[in-house]
Amino acid sequence: MAMTRKQKRLSLIAAAGSVLAIAAGLILFALSDKIVFFYTPSDVSKQGIAAGTRVRVGGLVEVGSVKRDPSMNVEFRITDTETSLTVTYKGLLPDLFREGQGVVAEGVYQGGNSVVADTVLAKHDENYMPKDVADALKKKGVWQGGKGQ
Amino acid sequence: MVEIGHFALILAFTTALVQTIVPMWGAVTRDLTLAGMARYAAFITFGLVFLAYAALTWAYIRSDFSVVNVVMNSHSTKPLIYKISGVWSNHEGSMLLWVLILVFFAALLALRGGNMPERLLASVLSVQGAIGSAFLLFVLLTSNPFLRLTDVPLEGQGMNPILEDPGLAIHPPMLYLGYVGFSIAFSFAVGALVHGRIDAVWARFVRPWTLLAWIFLTLGIAMGSYWAYYELGWGGWWFWDPVENASLMPWLMGTALLHSTVVMEKRDALKVWTILLSILTFSLSLLGTFLVRSGVITSVHSFASDPARGIFILGILTLFIGGGLVLFALRAPALKQGGLFAPVSREGALVVNNLFLATSAVAVLVGTLYPLALETLNGNKISVGAPYFNLTAVPLFVVLLIVVPFGQSLAWKRGDLLGVSQRLLAALGLAVLAMMVTFAVTRGGPVAAPLGLGLGVWLIAGSATDVVYRVYRKGLSMTTLIERAIGMPRSAWGTALAHAGMGITVIGISATVWGVETLAVVSQNEPLSVGPYTVVLEQAFKRTGQGFREDVARFSVNEDTQSKGAIETSKRIHTGREMPTTEAGIVTYGLGQLYASVNEILPGGKVSIRFYWKPLVTLIWGGALVMAFGGVLSLSDRRMRLAAAVKSRNSLAAKAGSPV
Repeated sequence: MAMTRKQKRLSLIAAAGSVLAIAAGLILFALSDKIVFFYTPSDVSKQGIAAGTRVRVGGLVEVGSVKRDPSMNVEFRITDTETSLTVTYKGLLPDLFREGQGVVAEGVYQGGNSVVADTVLAKHDENYMPKDVADALKKKGVWQGGKGQ
Repeated sequence: MVEIGHFALILAFTTALVQTIVPMWGAVTRDLTLAGMARYAAFITFGLVFLAYAALTWAYIRSDFSVVNVVMNSHSTKPLIYKISGVWSNHEGSMLLWVLILVFFAALLALRGGNMPERLLASVLSVQGAIGSAFLLFVLLTSNPFLRLTDVPLEGQGMNPILEDPGLAIHPPMLYLGYVGFSIAFSFAVGALVHGRIDAVWARFVRPWTLLAWIFLTLGIAMGSYWAYYELGWGGWWFWDPVENASLMPWLMGTALLHSTVVMEKRDALKVWTILLSILTFSLSLLGTFLVRSGVITSVHSFASDPARGIFILGILTLFIGGGLVLFALRAPALKQGGLFAPVSREGALVVNNLFLATSAVAVLVGTLYPLALETLNGNKISVGAPYFNLTAVPLFVVLLIVVPFGQSLAWKRGDLLGVSQRLLAALGLAVLAMMVTFAVTRGGPVAAPLGLGLGVWLIAGSATDVVYRVYRKGLSMTTLIERAIGMPRSAWGTALAHAGMGITVIGISATVWGVETLAVVSQNEPLSVGPYTVVLEQAFKRTGQGFREDVARFSVNEDTQSKGAIETSKRIHTGREMPTTEAGIVTYGLGQLYASVNEILPGGKVSIRFYWKPLVTLIWGGALVMAFGGVLSLSDRRMRLAAAVKSRNSLAAKAGSPV
């Protein structure tokens, strides 16, 4: 163990370097593989997303489209007023999930404009609309305004 | 009263400016009279901000609806506690609280720092004053809570009902005490870089402050996690939400800082790195403030966003992080090398700790900022969630935690890895045994849980080994052993407890894999099995309370045929905002919890419901409490040593015959 000062320092730097390299590799891999893109219903119909891709979709819950069955399955349509897509979901919907209101669903794209969601997010309070949805609606020019976001 | 508060805030800005400029001038020109003004300026600034804060609180208590902030966030029928906590339930008030805590720390330092070299104290308080003036200006210009209305409404709008909760009353102040507490370490670093010595004595002064901030941040994060768990009704305790990450990053960096100051104090090594960590930790606190307060990310925490605010905070951020780093780049090369150590030693282990903690903080940072960067660059919207963090930060944590017991046992300067491994054999055996037994008992279940459980046991047993090794000597009587255990330095107990607490949290986290979730629609008296329990819907009924009406579902809980009490969950409509929330029902059995969350009460008395059985879940937060308690023990020890250090320094100075 009789290392010189320089050797000690080099061994430390080498060890640190390899940890950093591994971490950087993991981060890069995770960023290419583990992220989920956000789409509006129009994006989905135009861009030809492969079935089986994990997606986040957002828009307004189409009025009159919400169907619930006794075993807690829910089906509804998300629209950006141009195109709409079908979302199926099993579980509890957020407290502020409403027809005509903004919503974001995350899940697996099934092809044919339908998504099986495992997460559904709605706004947190009256003034709040998921930011992704608000931005998408602003782009479409159908943003209703309102307080806050 | 409101105007007094407003004036006090403006005055505080000017005294904070004085606190910034005069003492620094004094420190640089060695004018001790000017330098000495730092303490008084810090007291006065604190007094003024306190007055402003008290005035705002008074307006809330009196329901003074001529103040915009009160109208927007309060209601005359709110319980008193929520009127007081309502002050920080909104952007303006919570920024005022942020500043109050910042100047509070400065005043505390001024009060307790009497034993510090005058010039160091002056420059540290000056930097603290600079941060204070910047944020006071921010509050005054963009987030003034004292604005008045000309048309005074009769009633306020009330606050977001999910914030109306005892958890909210304590979580933000705790978190801020942690976040903002790291400003002292930053000020110490910058103050010492401007002038002054950076050595073991510096580390000894900065350590208690880092530890104090760390304790509060640990508690604040744990409390926030528990609050999200029971209030949001999703049963999750951590979502890798940007706001959560904003508090986790300073915690990771601060934990690294905590450990590197130990090396610096004991061995006078890692100086450059420790200074850098002090700057980076508070930079991450500032970044967290920016992320949460600017509205660039969406979360329950981001109140109405105003671009001016975001840009202002970004400016403050650039000024302090950039300034700190530039100063660091200029001055750090001049720092002298400290003590030598072999790679296998306590110091070496602490370097590993720092490396992994800092790297994991970077991984979290990348995951948090990448969506923002990508959206700015090409407009693509993405979300980075648990899968990313589980692949990047979590493996780093796991490797680090495996190393912890070794580091704890290694000697300073040069460690004996073989000897330490032999010493830890029993702990390893225990961990493997725990793993095997859980494997056998839960055969066919998820593999991650027994592995994580083994890791937790390894940490706890490793800490116990350290204590035993310090205390136990062959042939000593039980009473002597107990005396030796009591006589063990409190900081050693603190380390052992903090690491064991981490182990407890790890066990709690691992056990979440065994959680059971049941979704069902049940009618009255229909049994439903949830893990080891059977729940039966007793009754669904309506109820009204102060400020809300609710639909309640009440279940009785049975284990085998034995009754285990009842659990209630409700859909609540808060009057005023007419906002619905789900109130989860939580009952603790042993270390686990039964968690009920009603989805809908259907016509005809059927209830659509979600139940969880979460074994050992309370350990997650229990472990954090143990960690924080370890910190408190360590802090109580440090104070004694602080006095001792000063004494020895004074006697040394007396011998040398020179004033300090």
